Formats: sequence, structure tokens, C-alpha cells
Amino acid sequence: MARRSRRRLVGSALALAGLGGLAWQRTRAERQLPADAQALRPPGALSEDRFLAACVRCGLCVQACPFGTLRLAAAAGPVAPGTPYFRAREQPCAMCDALPCQRVCPSGALGPQGLRIHDARMGSASLSRPDGCYSFIGAAACNRCWRACPLRGRALKMIAGPTRLGGRFTPSVDSTVCTGCGLCEKACIAEHAAITVRAAGRPGPSA
Amino acid sequence: MKAIARADPVARRRARPSVRWLLARRSMQLALLAAFAGAPWWGAPLVQGTLASSLWLGTLPLSDPFVLLQSLLAGHAVAGTAWLGAALVALAAALLAGRLYCACVCPINLVTDAADALRRVLGWRASLLPRPDRHLRRVLLLLVLLACVALGRVVWEALNPISFALRALAFGAWGAGALAVAAVFCFDLLLLRHGWCGHLCPVGALYGALGRFGALHVAATRAAACTHCGDCFEHCPEPQVIAPVLQLRAASPRIADTDCRRCGRCIDRCSETVFEWRLGRRDGAAAGGGASTPG
Repeated sequence: MARRSRRRLVGSALALAGLGGLAWQRTRAERQLPADAQALRPPGALSEDRFLAACVRCGLCVQACPFGTLRLAAAAGPVAPGTPYFRAREQPCAMCDALPCQRVCPSGALGPQGLRIHDARMGSASLSRPDGCYSFIGAAACNRCWRACPLRGRALKMIAGPTRLGGRFTPSVDSTVCTGCGLCEKACIAEHAAITVRAAGRPGPSA
Repeated sequence: MKAIARADPVARRRARPSVRWLLARRSMQLALLAAFAGAPWWGAPLVQGTLASSLWLGTLPLSDPFVLLQSLLAGHAVAGTAWLGAALVALAAALLAGRLYCACVCPINLVTDAADALRRVLGWRASLLPRPDRHLRRVLLLLVLLACVALGRVVWEALNPISFALRALAFGAWGAGALAVAAVFCFDLLLLRHGWCGHLCPVGALYGALGRFGALHVAATRAAACTHCGDCFEHCPEPQVIAPVLQLRAASPRIADTDCRRCGRCIDRCSETVFEWRLGRRDGAAAGGGASTPG
């Protein structure tokens, strides 16, 4: 009897150790993940740390987005598995007023209901690769990012004046107004977007 | 109580085992999986989301009480339909039977049942791991909940094979889903018989606890007819729950153990039709005696 109970104890301990190790590894992996600043959370999302405590990873927001913007992170995704994110260059947030993603969230991970989309802070755009910007280097009088901006003239302004790379216009972002929707990044005609959105509170992009 | 069991000695004999309840719950499982998997194609969405939290017909929320609990313990003041969804599920579990979820809803049950079936075909009974304590899943449940507090994360969702399977179905994240399913299958087949659902899964442990006072039970109403052939033990995914009711001095014919999944496999298998469903809180072998005569 004593031997049997010892065997049970060993079995339990082995199983716990195995699962514990796996859980520890997964959680560690999750904690290291949000280094990818270009994986953006849906509008209204709580700060990353609080978001990971709140999101139940059900995917309802992903299915609710009528623009196909949101994606559910795979196991080897840029953010924790099962959590929603989007990449502006692939499909930016359409900044719709209805906010179906936020409305459907069952846990409040996307913040309190009643958010106005212009108050969302998914991230903030910046001219992260100025040498790629046609206007900034004077290769063309491009203003595609400015025209794409839903808060044109407030979040994104084209500042006229000579630039250090010989251009005549500088796209300039007011980070207190920019929602981080990424429409500018999507619109940029450069091969690698010159203007990019980085998630709030995350390290900068590897430019 | 022995006398009560003997009061109905006219047990119907069965030439071959039935598959009635097996088919019933397989249909339920597959229908649910089809509903989730088909979500992108249904014109009017039947169901959105996954088993963590879902929205049926655009109005009815159903959420996993475990995931809500984890989020609360991780420090998030849950605000949203998850409360209603989890309350509805918890209520159903409390009134009926918690582990019906394991038998009729959970997709991982298909995987572990398949591993068990393959074991039976191959005649493998041994496990590489020693059989763990029967409370291991509850210990694991507590540890997971503690880890949620300590790490401020919805810990089990980084590991839960149910979630990975559902994400594969509903969102096409096939890689991780296949990996999780294969891992559970191999664990049950090679390392530990009835391993995942029967010894580890904290989701099942929580549903079991929720359904502690549920009304639906399997009862060995005609235990006197038992020939001790062992067929129910062989097919029961939680064999330890049957033993108490087949003992001569059984206090009650009801299988009261919270680990019982109410899968009805024993009802299907028993050639002496010893087992039957019992709805209600009373032991009621006497009441059941009359009602259960073949009609």
C-alpha cells in the first residue's frame, strides 16, 4: 500500500513538473513577445500588461471586424497566442464609428464601452524611415499619408520647408491626436513604409 | 438499500452493447464543432467566438467560467457579457451536471476517447507514468489559479488544448491546434491511460466542482443483476467512480462522484442493464424502481 501511494505521489509530481515547466515556458515566451511594436491592439485595448490579464482570447473581436483588419495571434505569432492584433501595413484600422470589435468584447479587455474612435490610442505614427519618404528626400511631391489620415491636418500635417535630405515637405505627426489606425502606413508608396505606427508603450520598430 | 436494489431483479439482458448515448454525445460534439468551424461561412452567424467566450445568434453569450475566474484572479475587473455568459454556463452545470461539458461539448474529449479506443484495440493497458493521485486535477486547478494571481495573466489559456483546438477550427490556426491535439493524444496513448481528461485537465476539475450538486446522475439501480464482468470499468473514462455503487454495501445507487462525466458509456455497455439515468436530488431507488421497469 505504501508502495502504491508512493507511486501515485511520483506520478502526480512528474505530471505537475511537466505541466508546470510547460506553463512556465509558455508564460515566459508570452512576456517576451510584445517586442514587436508593429503588432497593434484593437481600439480601446488596455495597456499591454492589463490587456493580457483581461483578454480571454475568444476571438470575438476578430470575427466582428467587418474590414478583416484584426487577426488572432497564432502560437508563434507576434503577440500572445489567441489575442487579437493587426498590422497597419497589411490592413489598417478603418476607424469606423460603430466599433464592433469593442462592442462585442465580453471581458472589457478593449476598455469601457462608449469609446469614441477618435479617442482610441492604438499607437502612434511617426516618420520612422525619413530616407524612404519621397517628399522628405525631394523625389516627388507625395502626400499620400496626409490624404489617407482620417484626422488630416490634426494628427498628421505636411510641414512645408527644406528638409535635411533635400526635400520640401515633412509629414509630421501629433502623437497626442494620432489614434494609430495605420491608414497612413498603408498608403505610403515607398516599398517599406516610411511612416509607421508603433504600439503605445512598446519599444520602437527596428527601422 | 440492498433490498431496494433487489426489488427490481427483472433486469433486461442485452445481446450486444448499445451505442445510443455514445452516438448522442458524439453528434452533439460534432455539431458544436461544425457550428464553430463554420462560423465564417454561415450567412447569419449562428455562433461567433470560441469556447472561451461565444455569442450565439448574435445575442446569447456563453463563456467558460474558468476563463472568467482566471481573468478576475489576474487582477482584471471583468466588465462585459462574460459575466452573463459564465453565469449561464455555471448555472447549467450546477443544476444538471458539470462534467457534461467534458462528455458532450469539449473537442479534446474526442481526442482522448480516440486514444483510449486505440489502446483497447491494441490491448494496451499499461502506462509509462505511474497513475497519479485522483486529486491531481484539483491540485493543478488550484495551482493554475494561484499562478494567475502571481503572474497577472490568464495562465491556462497559454496552454489549454481546448482553446488551441477551437482556434484551429474557427480561425484556421491549424499548426498549434494540430500540435496540441497530437500532444494530448500521444500523452493518453503512450504515457498515461485516461491521462489528460481523467487526471490533469483543470477545466474538467472546475466543471466537476460546479456540478457537485447537479441533478443528473447515472445510477446502478439494478446492481443486484451485476455479474461483475468488468465491461463498464473497461469503458468508463473515470473507472474509479463506478466501484462504490457496485459494492454490496453501497450507500446509494447514484454515482455521486464529481469526476463522473455522465457520458452514459456504462449505461450503453452493461449487458445486464444495471445502470440508468437518474434526474433529481433524491436517491430515490424506490421511486426509480417502478419507473424503470421496461415499458
